[in-house]
Amino acid sequence: MTALIHLVLTFGMLSVLAVGGGTAVLPEMQSILAQQFNIDHTSFVQIYSLGQLAPGPNMMMVLVFGFQIAGMLGAGAVLLAFFLPSSILCLAVGRLWNRIGERPWRRAVQNALEPIAIGLMCSGVYAVAKAALVGPLTIALALFTFVVLLKTRINPVYVILGTGAFGALLMHFTGLH
Amino acid sequence: MKDSDTPVAAPDPSLSLWDIFREFLLIGAVSFGGGIVAYERLLLVDKRKWMTADVFMATLAISQTMPGLNSVNLALLAGDRLRGFAGAWAAAIGLMLPGGAFVLIAGVAYSANDDHPLVNILLAGVAAGATGLLASITYKIGEQHFRQFRALSMIVATFVLMSVLKFSLVSVLLIMIPIGLFLYRPRATDAEHAK
Repeated sequence: MTALIHLVLTFGMLSVLAVGGGTAVLPEMQSILAQQFNIDHTSFVQIYSLGQLAPGPNMMMVLVFGFQIAGMLGAGAVLLAFFLPSSILCLAVGRLWNRIGERPWRRAVQNALEPIAIGLMCSGVYAVAKAALVGPLTIALALFTFVVLLKTRINPVYVILGTGAFGALLMHFTGLH
Repeated sequence: MKDSDTPVAAPDPSLSLWDIFREFLLIGAVSFGGGIVAYERLLLVDKRKWMTADVFMATLAISQTMPGLNSVNLALLAGDRLRGFAGAWAAAIGLMLPGGAFVLIAGVAYSANDDHPLVNILLAGVAAGATGLLASITYKIGEQHFRQFRALSMIVATFVLMSVLKFSLVSVLLIMIPIGLFLYRPRATDAEHAK
């Protein structure tokens, strides 16, 4: 029960702090899960990566953290805690917006939040990279994915599945990581 | 607040919650690899014409300003315009259901096999790819901002507070949001951002 309350408080806080999308809270989520819930950085990155193979909103993998910490009840608790607070806030402000109309300061708030969200995304890249890039092979696979996704319009899921299969082959036969 | 207070883009009393749910469920099921907002635009503006392009852009702007996932916020606001709170939840639940089921099944399998050597080397490659994906998304979203001194300074300051000085997210936001609001206050930015 204590674990559930702790989970709800943690993900509820992350929900309202998720400026500019869920990716902004990745580094904070990674450190809280490691320090308070015993989910090490490697598991964090593996679960995050599994989530990127799924369709739909890109943070659904938070359910898996809930599941690992407190079973199916934990997954349900995290689902509600991570999505309800921001959703209620968004609906309330959305309705207010329909009444008062567009104001210059809404644009100002969005302009101010954009670079902060991008800075947090850079922190997210750094946090994920530190745990995922463990040797020359994984660094090469990440760089390959980065370049291919910037230069082509191929669906990222195919590239990630490809790096998984090709990476596993190379790791198996060369022992590199 | 009464539902009738909410302006509805395409007043359609016959529009069922099931219809809203089903359309967003479809997006939630086929949007492998991201780009959900683009799917939502196709649905709302082109396929069902539930919104005009202008209303869509205004709604997207609010979803980007508020905390939470942009795609989920957008679904909520669109559903709310169409059928009030019930419509909002029908859209959001439809959008999240397929991905939620997918990650739970994958997560349960992962939790049962996370010591398996083959699973580990497969996931090592997948994680490397996912890192490249996250970096490419960050690069695409940030491309314009990296070239402006003001925005770049804020990006670097946020990164240093978060990743180098290891501040908590709350502290980072409490420091950076007032600075950002000052730097981007309406009067100072009207001319520059009149796009």
